[in-house]
Amino acid sequence: MIQTPKDHATLADDFNIDEKRVGWHDDTLWWIREKRDKIAWQVPDWELLRDAASNIKDHVLSNLNPYLLQFEANAIANGITVHWAANAAEHNQIVLNILRSKEINKLVKSKSMLTEECHLNDFLADNGVDVIDSDLGERIVQLAEEPPSHIVLPCIHKKKEEIGELFHKHLGTPQGNSDPQLLTEAARHHLRETFLSRKATVTGINFAVAETGEFVVCTNEGNADMGAHLADVHIACMGIEKIIPERKDLGVFLRLLARSATGQPITTYSSHFKKPRENQEMHIILVDNGRTKQLGRADFRNSLKCIRCGACMNTCPVYRRSGGHSYHYAITGPIGAILAPNLDMEKYADLPFASTLCGSCTNVCPVKIDIHQQLYKWRQVIVQNGYAPKAKALSMKMMAFTLSSPFAYHAAGKMGRIVLKYAPFTVNNKFNPWYKQRDMPDVPTASFGEWYQKNRNNNEQ
Amino acid sequence: MSSRAQILAAVLANQPAILPMPVFEPFSPQGSNNLDLFVATAKGIGSTVHFLGGISEVKQLIHSNFSVGRIISPMAELSDVAETDFADLDAHTLEDVELGVFKAHFGVAENSAIWVTEELLGKRVSPFICQHLMLLINKTDILQNMHQAYDKIGTANYAFGTFIAGPSKTADIEQSLVLGAHGPRSLAIVILG
Ligand code: SF4
Repeated sequence: MIQTPKDHATLADDFNIDEKRVGWHDDTLWWIREKRDKIAWQVPDWELLRDAASNIKDHVLSNLNPYLLQFEANAIANGITVHWAANAAEHNQIVLNILRSKEINKLVKSKSMLTEECHLNDFLADNGVDVIDSDLGERIVQLAEEPPSHIVLPCIHKKKEEIGELFHKHLGTPQGNSDPQLLTEAARHHLRETFLSRKATVTGINFAVAETGEFVVCTNEGNADMGAHLADVHIACMGIEKIIPERKDLGVFLRLLARSATGQPITTYSSHFKKPRENQEMHIILVDNGRTKQLGRADFRNSLKCIRCGACMNTCPVYRRSGGHSYHYAITGPIGAILAPNLDMEKYADLPFASTLCGSCTNVCPVKIDIHQQLYKWRQVIVQNGYAPKAKALSMKMMAFTLSSPFAYHAAGKMGRIVLKYAPFTVNNKFNPWYKQRDMPDVPTASFGEWYQKNRNNNEQ
Repeated sequence: MSSRAQILAAVLANQPAILPMPVFEPFSPQGSNNLDLFVATAKGIGSTVHFLGGISEVKQLIHSNFSVGRIISPMAELSDVAETDFADLDAHTLEDVELGVFKAHFGVAENSAIWVTEELLGKRVSPFICQHLMLLINKTDILQNMHQAYDKIGTANYAFGTFIAGPSKTADIEQSLVLGAHGPRSLAIVILG
């Protein structure tokens, strides 16, 4: 019944073996969601801000071709070299070519979900380039040889004791010490060495301004800046959807981003890179990798408005209890479940089903993406294309039959209650994925239909 | 066809009919006093705030907090307490700087972010590589929010600019906040006037 050995349900099962950890993960993310609420409510016109952000992004997507051309022309005029990559492989090759042309085989990289999406690190490692991730959370998962489990909080699934172990092994911190202050200090020293010795850096891009050709990178740690301002070569990678029209639009997005992400008023650093330093080389790689295809899918186009704040995962009841790795894709959580099937519908067919469609994601999204509606639409597209996860396909067929036949509906309800009452294990089994990690509710003694019949009879008497 | 041509053609073919650029409302201000909001927000994210009368008081503040270690500042007025001619040095040589002192353009009340551009920094890396950072703003240069900030920046032609809000920080280890990730461990904001 299980579609592949690594679908969302299976991976969520793995995560759920340790119930205490699941509870802790759940609580931590919900705490961040609450911080987001608290700070959002302090901003007058928060909802108008979300509207503005959403409308700017809609406008950009409808006028993307001219904006890309404008951005490119301005960036070139600013002295930046602009590259275009149709897919992940081309993106990775461009990075490697730049490094080879400068005979550089060591790189320091700040957080970029795009490079995760493209598996840049693996590609560079295979080609003899040593990559060190400089965001603390990313460095931790890199040492653990794991992918990030969250787009903003890469090691949110890790306990400090595990991090202490990793640092003891790799950075020589005292065994058994898991004090966050001490571990962060150790990472600070280790990464300072790295920043000072690496000649090339890769960063992501949060916003690229068409009007000026500048790009903005937001961090709390200062790692993107330490990398960029010390390296001879700065390569900044962006998906083509990261464009915004004018500099003043940053006002809208910078007000929303960190508040939505972590409940901070703004990230510590919002750095605007317009021109390279003297004697520095600056490159921008504009990457498609499925984005133009998604732009053409009217139902899913909105997903390209995402500013990668992570709020939809922090609030998602499924994400919080299944962990980021269960999504087996670089972008986790609800938005990842919309983006991934665009790249490979068969491989990621399970992801749009990893949702309760409760709509909490849509409610918090700063750019007002209709996330849960897109998940619902993906389910239909996936089923129509014959990729439905098998357990889901079977139960959906049954449901369609039951709902379309009044007799079957009543019989199924009665049967269901009898089965539940006398043999709960037959319901709570692997054929019925909705009951995993859930206690079954008490069985109602009468269904609504039976109750209504009885009461109507009573009334008529 | 080059990837560039291919991507641009695909975008053109797939982008929907044009939707208008929104005209944003003038968003309502938060709180009634920008200075109070700025100070409260700055303290809330771990900065310290100092109201000082002039440069001599700034020097006293530096003296009382940093008796040892290398101090840099591009401000000529501080040449007796700080190294002011570091702009031509290799950026890497700033690795041992204890304190960097810089004049800033303005601060933003809603988030306590402070806007600086390359010409105020001597070198781009300087406000990031120092162990401690001090930024100076005039009392009259505190704006309400980021919309006002970008109105003020306008079409300024900087090569690099950044908003700095607080000391560098991380909460990547079990969400425990630690100040001093890769950048400065502390930020002292001096409000002049
Ligand atoms: S979909 Fe919305 S909430 Fe989720 S990461 Fe993107 S912008 Fe944030």
